[in-house]
Amino acid sequence: MVLGGYASSFVLARDEKGDTVEISVTVNGDTKTDEVEPRTLLVYYLREELGLTGTNVGCDTSSCGACTVHVNGESVKSCTMLAVQADGQEVLTIEGLAPSATELHPMQESFRENHGLQCGYCTPGMVMAACSLLKENPSPTEIEVREGLEGNLCRCTGYHNIVKSVLACSGQDLL
Amino acid sequence: MIPAAFDYVRAHSAQEAISLLSEYGDEAKLLAGGHSLLPMMKLRLAVPTVLIDIGRVDDLSYVRDQGDHLAIGALTKHGFLETNALLNSECPILAHVASKVGDPQVRHRGTIGGSLAHSDSASDLPAAVLALGGTIVAQGPNGVREISSTDFFTGYFESSLAEDEMLTEIRVPKSPGANWNYQKFNRRAQDWAIVGVAAVRVGNSTNVSLVNMGSTPIRAEAVEAALKAGVNAEEAALHAADDTEPPTDLNASPEYRAHLARVLTKRALQASGL
Ligand SMILES: Cc1cc2nc3c(=O)[nH]c(=O)nc-3n(C[C@H](O)[C@H](O)[C@H](O)COP(=O)(O)OP(=O)(O)OC[C@H]3O[C@@H](n4cnc5c(N)ncnc54)[C@H](O)[C@@H]3O)c2cc1C
Ligand code: FES
Ligand code: FES
Repeated sequence: MVLGGYASSFVLARDEKGDTVEISVTVNGDTKTDEVEPRTLLVYYLREELGLTGTNVGCDTSSCGACTVHVNGESVKSCTMLAVQADGQEVLTIEGLAPSATELHPMQESFRENHGLQCGYCTPGMVMAACSLLKENPSPTEIEVREGLEGNLCRCTGYHNIVKSVLACSGQDLL
Repeated sequence: MIPAAFDYVRAHSAQEAISLLSEYGDEAKLLAGGHSLLPMMKLRLAVPTVLIDIGRVDDLSYVRDQGDHLAIGALTKHGFLETNALLNSECPILAHVASKVGDPQVRHRGTIGGSLAHSDSASDLPAAVLALGGTIVAQGPNGVREISSTDFFTGYFESSLAEDEMLTEIRVPKSPGANWNYQKFNRRAQDWAIVGVAAVRVGNSTNVSLVNMGSTPIRAEAVEAALKAGVNAEEAALHAADDTEPPTDLNASPEYRAHLARVLTKRALQASGL
């Protein structure tokens, strides 16, 4: 394949461990300082270095949204961001959402109440995307919820109860 | 999927990014939002040995009123364009097109400069800037130059930017109250357009551009000429695929794309009253 300014063939070499750089990231309120390879993706830094396995990897190709976390308050797909890009930034994962170990965040509570999940694989990303959505648009219409969650795939629920959960959390009438 | 190893450097200004580009040569790539480059690096279709991160060059994130035109910084994110009040009132087509890119997560990271520099004919913003007859500002070791959007896109994922140049600004004419419409046809949520059509009135002419109908975004010149000659929208739209070489892929054959171009052009012209 000819790819303009990009390389024209697959390169499988350069897999030896490269030099590391120091990053300092505030994750769920705690500042973590670590040495990472520049090619480390944020999602693997969170899961494998910090042990925060609540954030899932679904597709690993920027499509499914299972890896959604907040960076500086906005939803991003952490499989499509380098850990070094989060250096000096604030990251919030599903583990940091609830106010305490015994209380759920209102969005989590709403998913529970409205059966917004079945297998639960998409749920951490779905909840993080939904919180970002309500921050930008506190009273979305049903269609705005559906479009706002466009980047998150769910193989189980058919979305209906997810949309219901988000609308309920925004204090609006249910479908 | 993990990219091949690379060295990472962060630039804090356009000037610094350009001197780093000169220092590292063609092995280096600029990293803006990373939402085209990182997926390609994960697939190892792109294997730069150095990434120069320009994501923190915050003074290149803006929409400014410059009298007859708007100036947009290269590092301005799609989500910022979507909600920016100045852009929504003075050049609403661009704000709308930005809101159609990918999904909210993509729009929180991707930048307009990255989208144009990446020069994917399936992307939305390049075609919108082309329809507006915008200007691209590039800065290199020898200074700044302005490139017309009609000269900017040179081939499949290729632009006229030199290897040591950085795209710093995009300029688009103000078009408050002008008729416009954008048709994006896709089958899956958050996907690229199978075909897209942007139509907008700029000054005395109606400009039409096509997404994913060739190796670059293109102007539908035959449609524009027909409209200028006084032909109505429905008949002008029949020329939408004239002189095009639409790509073929899993989504569509060239014939299907040509059909879509004609239908979507008709819809865009009729919906906007052009
Ligand atoms: C899931 C998903 C869905 C998407 N859907 C769409 C869609 O529907 N429509 C659409 O148009 N796009 C879509 N995109 C692409 C998205 O819009 C990208 O953000 C955009 O194409 C690239 O911008 P970036 O800032 O992320 O650039 P990067 O990925 O950082 O860079 C892209 C290229 O441009 C170069 N570059 C970046 N900035 C500059 C600069 N200032 N000067 C010179 N060179 C530069 C880089 O070196 C690289 O070669 C999608 C992406 C994803 C991941
Ligand atoms: S794992 Fe990141 S989008 Fe699917
Ligand atoms: S609940 Fe199973 S994927 Fe969404």
